Amino acid sequence: MTTYLIKGASILGGEPTDLLIADGVIKSIGSQASTGLDRRSSPVETIDAAGLIALPGLVDLHTHLREPGREDAETVETGTQAAALGGFTAVHAMANTDPVADTAGVVEQVWRLGREAGYADVFPVGAVTVGLAGERLAELGAMADSAARVRVFSDDGKCVADPVLMRRALEYVKAFDGVIAQHAQEPRLTEDAQMNEGELSGRLGLRGWPAVAEEAIIARDCLLAQHVKSRLHVCHVSTAGSVEIVRWAKARAEAEGGWTVTAEVCPHHLLLTDELAATYDPIYKVNPPLRTATDVEAVRQGLADGVLDIVATDHAPHPHEDKDCEWQAAAFGMLGLETALSIVQATMVDAGLLDWAGVAERMSYAPARIGRLDNHGRPIAEGEPANIVLYDAAATRVIEASAMSSLSRNTPYAGRELPGQVVATFLRGKATVLDGKLA
Amino acid sequence: MKGHLLSAGDLSRDDAELILTTAEEMRSLADRPIKKLPALRGRTVVNLFFEDSTRTRMSFEAAAKRLSADVINFSAKGSSVSKGESLKDTAMTLEAMGADAVVVRHWASGAAYNLAHAGWSRSTVVNAGDGTHEHPTQALLDAFTMVRHLGPLDGRRVAIVGDVLHSRVARSNALLLQTLGAEVTLVAPPTLLPYGVETWGVETGYDIDAVLPKADVVMMLRVQRERMTDSYFPSTREYSRRYGLDARRMGALQDHTIVMHPGPMVRGMEITADVADSDRSVIVEQVTNGVAVRMAVLYLLLGGSEPALGGAENVQSGTDGTGTTTEETNA
Repeated sequence: MTTYLIKGASILGGEPTDLLIADGVIKSIGSQASTGLDRRSSPVETIDAAGLIALPGLVDLHTHLREPGREDAETVETGTQAAALGGFTAVHAMANTDPVADTAGVVEQVWRLGREAGYADVFPVGAVTVGLAGERLAELGAMADSAARVRVFSDDGKCVADPVLMRRALEYVKAFDGVIAQHAQEPRLTEDAQMNEGELSGRLGLRGWPAVAEEAIIARDCLLAQHVKSRLHVCHVSTAGSVEIVRWAKARAEAEGGWTVTAEVCPHHLLLTDELAATYDPIYKVNPPLRTATDVEAVRQGLADGVLDIVATDHAPHPHEDKDCEWQAAAFGMLGLETALSIVQATMVDAGLLDWAGVAERMSYAPARIGRLDNHGRPIAEGEPANIVLYDAAATRVIEASAMSSLSRNTPYAGRELPGQVVATFLRGKATVLDGKLA
Repeated sequence: MKGHLLSAGDLSRDDAELILTTAEEMRSLADRPIKKLPALRGRTVVNLFFEDSTRTRMSFEAAAKRLSADVINFSAKGSSVSKGESLKDTAMTLEAMGADAVVVRHWASGAAYNLAHAGWSRSTVVNAGDGTHEHPTQALLDAFTMVRHLGPLDGRRVAIVGDVLHSRVARSNALLLQTLGAEVTLVAPPTLLPYGVETWGVETGYDIDAVLPKADVVMMLRVQRERMTDSYFPSTREYSRRYGLDARRMGALQDHTIVMHPGPMVRGMEITADVADSDRSVIVEQVTNGVAVRMAVLYLLLGGSEPALGGAENVQSGTDGTGTTTEETNA
């Protein structure tokens, strides 16, 4: 295994220093990094990291890898390659595959595919209900006990709308320290919904997806989590009202103890607004939908305050034909892995709302804690697993859809100039990305 | 005029007035022994209908044929669920066949916009109704009909009553009538007014009886019975009682006020038969005017190389800006 000497990296934006990576761990940091080199055992590659920021390997709690079932959109291999290029060392693969990841067999298959690909660790998310049908619980315990060690359960794409079923799920996962990650969408309020319900949906004649459909479910679930003393994670918070409800719930949970609510925000909800729907270009069609500028402001502030614990990509690849069509016929979702860090830099760091330590917390430590991962989301310190990203925050790049590593091309940022570039990613000491390209 | 007709909101006042004056020329053709012009000879107009609408298709077909265009009718039914025929593939097929203009009716809001802007085809696109978004030629023929009865629309009060939420006719009319200086009031139960309608620059009301005495035009919109099962209102009877136009309510109208309906009507629901068939009703005339207005739209967009009517060169050259538009359209 190659030993890497990283020279002059600034850990979390701090003073430049050297890091020695060998045998999958961070051997030493600082002046002793070069002196501590053991030149006998393995080849040493020196990386000039002057001007680069070192962050802990990013962890995504919300990725759609599409395999098994939609290998035309993405595979575990291509999806984890995209993850590595985006600075991620671990991704949670959502359960809405075909077949659905609702049994130990399917989650183990996905987990194994991730190990074989080797670009990022894949942690399968288990479905809450059989077939995502919202009728009866999937074998949550079997998935938890499987080789994939599932801790995060979600029917994402669909909401566990039945309050009794949601209560039972929250209760049941307490036995193995699981968490229910809810896609908060009241189904009756969002039948055939196409975009944020607001002034624009009325003008465009597109069926509205009102904020209340998200907020009502979040409020209900927070109360359920409180009642049964369990762990709730709220997926892709998109509205100002949702931020307020989560803020309220967290305050109560902290005062009472015994239950927790965590929440995520997606990069696109930090940057884009519903105005883009006026193009009728379904590249901007996503669920939950792009909201208003007021909502964008609120989720940014919520992320800065820590009310929203993490950034999660909701990376959702779709084949070209599912986006090159009428808005109402198009699929929901957009790519996210390869642009997430740049968007967080643009909307949070460059805006003065978050420092690099904050980015590490929101994109690595906290998602790993929620997913109960032991070897990800660790600080950059001697003896820790060498999951590291080297990031050039001073770079700028114009996003090209055709240059995406994902099998799909549905990035909403094509043609936009974004700050920052992932230069290198290390997964347990092995380079998955070097010089901004797959290693 | 721009190269396509996608939204009534894209029309400037000059654009709209040019269409209406051109339509007036076209309408005079109906009084001639030979009701046909050579203006679009050799041009191909495709009626691309993803949704059943016999009357709109026939109206466009008649319009194109009276301008001597070749007409191809393409019916590609497909629901939003089954997706059916891909709009993109159809557009590329039509492009390959050399369509100069595509008149499109589609169940998806924005479909006409996609056809014009997604890079699938270079044809001129005329929106003949997209989802619950817009139906600009309907608004133009409505305005044309109003002008014929009332003169210029500045300060005229138009009440549009019914299912505004699902109505592309209401959206296009609200945009165009404001451009032409009219005051629009949308009247519906609150459940059938779109979210954010207060930003449209129109008046809204829930009480038809408060609006009727001041209106110069009352436009009734179709209300589908299915809306009842979705709880937009409790029953068809209650709807008719609160929002239907019957003889008693017609008695509250000013003498000159006209009654319109884009069709198809649900008699007994939003309008009673005696009102629909009364002297105030211009519903049949709307259909006649529809052909003239669509002729004007096709003529102006496709830029016929000869004057529309013999001795009516003013259509081509007498109005500022027309010539330029024509060249742009041809380019």
